[in-house]
Amino acid sequence: MRRISLYFQIHQPFRLRRYRFFDIGNDHYYYDDYLNESILRKVAEKSYLRANEVMLRLLERYEGFKVAFSVTGIALEQFELYAPEVLESFRRLAAHPRVEFLAETYAHSLASLVNRDEFVRQVEQHKKALKDHFGVTPGVFRNTELIYSDEIGAMVADMGFEGILTEGAKHVLGWKSPNYLYCNAINPRLKVLLKNFKMSDDIAFRFSDQNWEEWPLTAEKFAGWLRDIPPEEEIVGLFMDYETFGEHQWEETGIFDFLEALPGAVLDTTDFVFSTPLEAVRELQPVSEISVPYPISWADEERDLTAWLGNELQDEAFQKLYALEGKIRKIKDPAIRKDWNYLQASDHFYYMCTKFFSDGAVHSYFNPYDSPYDAFINFMNVLSDFEIRVNAAHAVKEGSPEVARLNKLLKEKEKELKAYEEELKKYRGERASRKTVRKRTTKKSAGGKTSRSTSGKSNRKRSSSSGA
Amino acid sequence: MFGWEFPPHISGGLGTASYGLTKGLYAVGGVEILFVVPRAHGDEDQTMVRVLGASEVSVKRHFHHFEEMKRSMDYIRVDSKIVPYTDPDEFWSLKKKEVSSDRWYVQTDEEGRLSFSGKYGDDLMDEIARYALVASVIAAENDFDIIHAHDWLAYPAGIAAKEVSGKPLVIHVHATDFDRSRGNVNPDVYAIEKRGMDTADRIIAVSNLTRRTIIEKYHIPPEKVVTVYNAVEPLAINRDRFAKKSIPDKIVTFLGRITMQKGPEYFVEAAVRVLRKMDRVRFVMAGSGDMMQKMISLVAREKIADHFHFTGFLKGEDVYRMLSMSDVYVMPSVSEPFGISPLEALQSDVPVIISHQSGVAEVLTHALKVNYWDIDAMADAIYGVLNYPALTKMFRKYGKEEVNQLKWENSARQVKQIYESLLQGA
Repeated sequence: MRRISLYFQIHQPFRLRRYRFFDIGNDHYYYDDYLNESILRKVAEKSYLRANEVMLRLLERYEGFKVAFSVTGIALEQFELYAPEVLESFRRLAAHPRVEFLAETYAHSLASLVNRDEFVRQVEQHKKALKDHFGVTPGVFRNTELIYSDEIGAMVADMGFEGILTEGAKHVLGWKSPNYLYCNAINPRLKVLLKNFKMSDDIAFRFSDQNWEEWPLTAEKFAGWLRDIPPEEEIVGLFMDYETFGEHQWEETGIFDFLEALPGAVLDTTDFVFSTPLEAVRELQPVSEISVPYPISWADEERDLTAWLGNELQDEAFQKLYALEGKIRKIKDPAIRKDWNYLQASDHFYYMCTKFFSDGAVHSYFNPYDSPYDAFINFMNVLSDFEIRVNAAHAVKEGSPEVARLNKLLKEKEKELKAYEEELKKYRGERASRKTVRKRTTKKSAGGKTSRSTSGKSNRKRSSSSGA
Repeated sequence: MFGWEFPPHISGGLGTASYGLTKGLYAVGGVEILFVVPRAHGDEDQTMVRVLGASEVSVKRHFHHFEEMKRSMDYIRVDSKIVPYTDPDEFWSLKKKEVSSDRWYVQTDEEGRLSFSGKYGDDLMDEIARYALVASVIAAENDFDIIHAHDWLAYPAGIAAKEVSGKPLVIHVHATDFDRSRGNVNPDVYAIEKRGMDTADRIIAVSNLTRRTIIEKYHIPPEKVVTVYNAVEPLAINRDRFAKKSIPDKIVTFLGRITMQKGPEYFVEAAVRVLRKMDRVRFVMAGSGDMMQKMISLVAREKIADHFHFTGFLKGEDVYRMLSMSDVYVMPSVSEPFGISPLEALQSDVPVIISHQSGVAEVLTHALKVNYWDIDAMADAIYGVLNYPALTKMFRKYGKEEVNQLKWENSARQVKQIYESLLQGA
């Protein structure tokens, strides 16, 4: 009995609005509501809702059909804001016993690469969101963009997950096949389930490509490929973006018909059965450990991190962002915590990628910027403002030396003010007494002069005290 | 080739471009060039070899030696009363020297383009006709396969040569009157340009931007118009020779003619916005032009004169000295057929912000691009480069690399292909 495991990823970032440097320190709202709402509505209608409908139908029609999803925390927030009906339809899926939800980082972030505490915090936040929205507790983890290394796997194992999904990258596997279960090289209790990138990308990227020799792809043809897999190989992981259905591949390409026909073709004409990731990692035996010393991902030709990190722009923005983590940890302000999540979305770094010559098509997808430089400047402007807010909140919270200094200054100024007030009183007293003098000497017209100069003096005093 | 100017007497971009292309063609090989220019200056520092006389015009022939090529090329100068000049200062100094001379002073910019004002009128048209006449003499007396004419002043010459010889004509459009006049097109110039384009067997445009203008505004069939980008000579000047700037403030530079076409007012407005947020920054407007007075009063009115400086017209090494002091170079041109100067800035390790309305924006990916009218975006780009050092690092690393890819040999190879296709067709 061989297995096929379907897993779909759902994520939408909060794209930033055009945030000019004049806004720094003045305006603390960073998001392009119109753009975010219109993209989400469009994708919801073209893809999520339609695909969910198909999934529910398939679950009803085929006893043996199973499927897994992961939805990022910030995508869930966007559903709440812009498309509650999508959330509702995922709830219906989640209630089904043959649907599984996977854990990931709440913010679709790259925290696993730099900051263990932040990584753990986000995974916990995501788990809580899954519990709140769907009432489920995930047992398998998928990291942002399927990023994985031995170290990341070990962290995930420490958090109690039984398995993790990643890319079956050629440069990692070498001669090995992705169609087996592996285990983490540091902590072998964590099972590693690999994406069969050829068969996954046949659907996700090549499905509608008329220059592709296999076009048009049908469920029967796909089932034929499954039958051709050597009988000893145990599992085929088909992992892709959920937007594949209806958005990356439009409805007109026949992608929904393909999806609808696939389970029948698999169950009727092959020896494969559907299996969720958790079932797979529990029921299969790992064939060996897999060694991934350097992080891999499912992106671009290179299957590495260069889509998000590596050029000077990305590295600078990334470093500046995570330099704030220590301070943010202590801040409870919900607005700051929210922005902290939204700003960590890997998409912001993706827009700064300068590899656009080779992978331009994918990188320009839903990209609100003209160029990576544009993306960088905009993000840095936002980050500058965010940093000011974080520092302010942190200073209040901590009673930092800066606050102490300012407090001392304030006390000194108050003392000074008091002294001036005293002086003023004195002058006023003098003036009052002079007034009586003036009354007596009006006819000589000298009194007017005196009173003017006195008031001038006190004015000066006042302005110098406020200016100091 | 019929040109407007040729080294050493160049006043700017057009001369540089013709020179670069000629050099490139020599490097590619297989093409021999006879270069004709109207007489520019009277100094005779070159060896005169032979004088060709024809009816009432005299034509002088030069052998101009390209030492690095170890080849010689024919260089013909035509006695003409047209004296190109690039800036008002130069114009005044020339005029002072020879008040009584019978020369015509014609204002051009660094691309060798005329800024056409009514007072030249028919006389200039006479001069152009004269140049064309000389061209027909040259065409009759020399043996060649292709005629290549650079910009509108040389089109009539090219047409005349074609009429005499029957050889194919290529015209090279470095600019059109739509660029020069910001929409206020001179009908006589348009007529000459249109006739040149109609008569030409092939048209070379320096950018797709220019190509579109030719197709849309001059109604030329698209298949006749080919884009060949300009390139840039490798930087000969050693940057280290120049002292670094002595002030800690950042310097933002505008370098070019202060005319309507270059969009100087947008630069000033962007400066105002940046200065609202930043203090340690200075803006420099290097160049001169008919909008300079207006810009000075604008700067004064905006009360930023303490952070905004005018240098006047910069020549030779001063240009590189200015660039070496700059932290960012801004070219807010309203309409720039190509624009070589941002490439020179990148060669000097200076990040550039250029307008989408420039041909050079089509070839540079490692540059910030904004619409010339979008002063907020321009200000934001300036602020970004000054405050986020990663940008400068990136531009230094990749921008220079990109510029170094833009070789005249490559442009020349494309031009040679155009020649070959025309000769095969004939």
